[in-house]
Amino acid sequence: MSTKIVTARVGVPESFLLSTYLGHGGYSALRKALSMTPEDVHAEVMASGMLGRGGAGFEAGRKWSMLKQDPIRYLVVNGDESEPSTFKDHLLVENDPHQLIEGTLITAYAIGATRAFIYLRGEFALGLERVQTAINEAYAYGAIGANIFGSGFSIDLVLQPGAGAYICGEETALIESLEGKRGFPRIKPPYFPAVIGLYGAPTIVNNVETMSNVPWIITNGGKAFAALGKGRSTGTRLFALSGDVVKPGNYELEMTSKTFRELIYDPDLGGGLRDGRSVKAVIPGGVSAPWIGPDNLDLPLGQDEVAQAGSMLGSGSIIVLDDHSCAVRAVWRITKFFSRESCGQCTPCREGSGWIEKIMHRIELGSGTESDLDLLLDVCDNIAPGLTWPPQQTTICVLGPSIPSSVVSGIKMFRDEFMVHIKEEGCPFVH
Amino acid sequence: MSFFSSENLEKAQVLIGLYPEKRSALIPLCHLAQGQHGHLSNEAMEQIAELLDIQPAEVLGTASFYDMLHTEEVGKYLVGVCTNVACMLGGGIELLEHASDVLGVPIGGTTEDGMFTLEEVECVAHCDKAPCAQVNYRYFGPLANGDFDQLVDDLRNDRLSESVPPHGVLSQVFRDAPAMVPLEIIHRERRAMDDEKKARLAALNKDAGGNQ
Repeated sequence: MSTKIVTARVGVPESFLLSTYLGHGGYSALRKALSMTPEDVHAEVMASGMLGRGGAGFEAGRKWSMLKQDPIRYLVVNGDESEPSTFKDHLLVENDPHQLIEGTLITAYAIGATRAFIYLRGEFALGLERVQTAINEAYAYGAIGANIFGSGFSIDLVLQPGAGAYICGEETALIESLEGKRGFPRIKPPYFPAVIGLYGAPTIVNNVETMSNVPWIITNGGKAFAALGKGRSTGTRLFALSGDVVKPGNYELEMTSKTFRELIYDPDLGGGLRDGRSVKAVIPGGVSAPWIGPDNLDLPLGQDEVAQAGSMLGSGSIIVLDDHSCAVRAVWRITKFFSRESCGQCTPCREGSGWIEKIMHRIELGSGTESDLDLLLDVCDNIAPGLTWPPQQTTICVLGPSIPSSVVSGIKMFRDEFMVHIKEEGCPFVH
Repeated sequence: MSFFSSENLEKAQVLIGLYPEKRSALIPLCHLAQGQHGHLSNEAMEQIAELLDIQPAEVLGTASFYDMLHTEEVGKYLVGVCTNVACMLGGGIELLEHASDVLGVPIGGTTEDGMFTLEEVECVAHCDKAPCAQVNYRYFGPLANGDFDQLVDDLRNDRLSESVPPHGVLSQVFRDAPAMVPLEIIHRERRAMDDEKKARLAALNKDAGGNQ
């Protein structure tokens, strides 16, 4: 039985209530943290080696170290989970809001935040209700507010709903949104909100899953966390498995302990593919990531392992396409997503995403030409010159440079399939 | 004339009080207004602007960026069918076509009786239940065509009124926490924390120096 950190209470009846959480030792990590110095709390998280669970995979403790020590500084939790096929934070906010709140409060103490905010995706109506209820309960219990548990430490925690915009997952766009503005990513530099963030003050932005790991780290020690996994991939991770598998769902696994193949085929995990079909491609880490083929299924689920194969673990989502699914249609739908969600500030992304989507659509519908493939790559090259991985950036944020991933993967891996669409003037797959 | 009811005006004041800068309450106030009226009317945006000390155009400018904020009337039930890649693999595009046929409206359209507005939505993080749909941001899935028909029938006949609140009501739970800790107290606490930390680090450095 592998260690469950963030999903320990998933499946427990009324896991979202304070009474349940307290019954499982809830808020004892906060009490422990408040009896330590902030720098000792920070040191535990450093020792854990935990990489941020949002997608970029930056070490959480190191991020905290970068926080400019101005008198006013903020903590913002990023719960704007919108990367297609990522549904792990959704699970955590609905099932264990107190764990998230406790981790947030511990972090706020460690970094000396003036105020903490949890920015939650607007579409998570139930999640918003669960987290707000939990915040209300935690205030009444004395875990938030003035002089928490008699420690002399006070802080307020505010829940902020989003309103439907993928780009607000980008941390500077999220901050703009939290300031009541359009979700436009900010021009860099400054590269990190840790220098200039919310209301111009230094700000730490951490993901929901990152925060949800913090109570366990304080209770069990950073070393115990670091003992799980391998190399830079410490602890566990929530893998959101979807697509053509028998049992899609969230699986918390010790990092690097399983391979893609095991996650997909293990009867206790993905349970294999429907109707005994075979894997055609896997999209790891969200639709911004390059695809991997059936020849790479034995890669362990670790940060560096997937990076070395030319892709990324990203948000921990894994989409499986079987041999009856159309790669062209999948690429088209992904590019349509980017086209809809581009914020419109930068020309390469705003215009490029629209053109790519239109070309992909005509290929899928059967009116494409062979020269369209070169045209697609050319437009992609204008967004991310050189089509390298990780991509070169011509835009304010990484949304633009994420667009070519699926297009380039699709053409590289399934050129024949593109050609069938073009030659037979239509999609050969049954939908 | 106040757009907000007196109860919602009180809620609005609580929301505004949560932030060091008022404008941060803009999106929460837009959700509050939609909860009262279904969509964001000009009157609502004007009052939000007044409450936040900004121009109505700034409220519209922000609201128009977000998919969930509707400046025009929509149906009682916002039906959003996801067609993003995980749902697509499960038949989401076909489900959307079916939904359009059953409701008799194109994507973005509202039924004549004002009951349903059909939207094609991007991934709503319900991918293990593909293909899925949301109704007023409550999730349903996986949905075969027949399940969708049943869902529509249940909604039409008010059988889901408990689990699916009216359009615009984002959250049925409101913050009931006591007043915020005054920022002066927080600032004083943090100054003391930072001073103590500096003193500890200085002592550590001194010890380290002494041992050399």
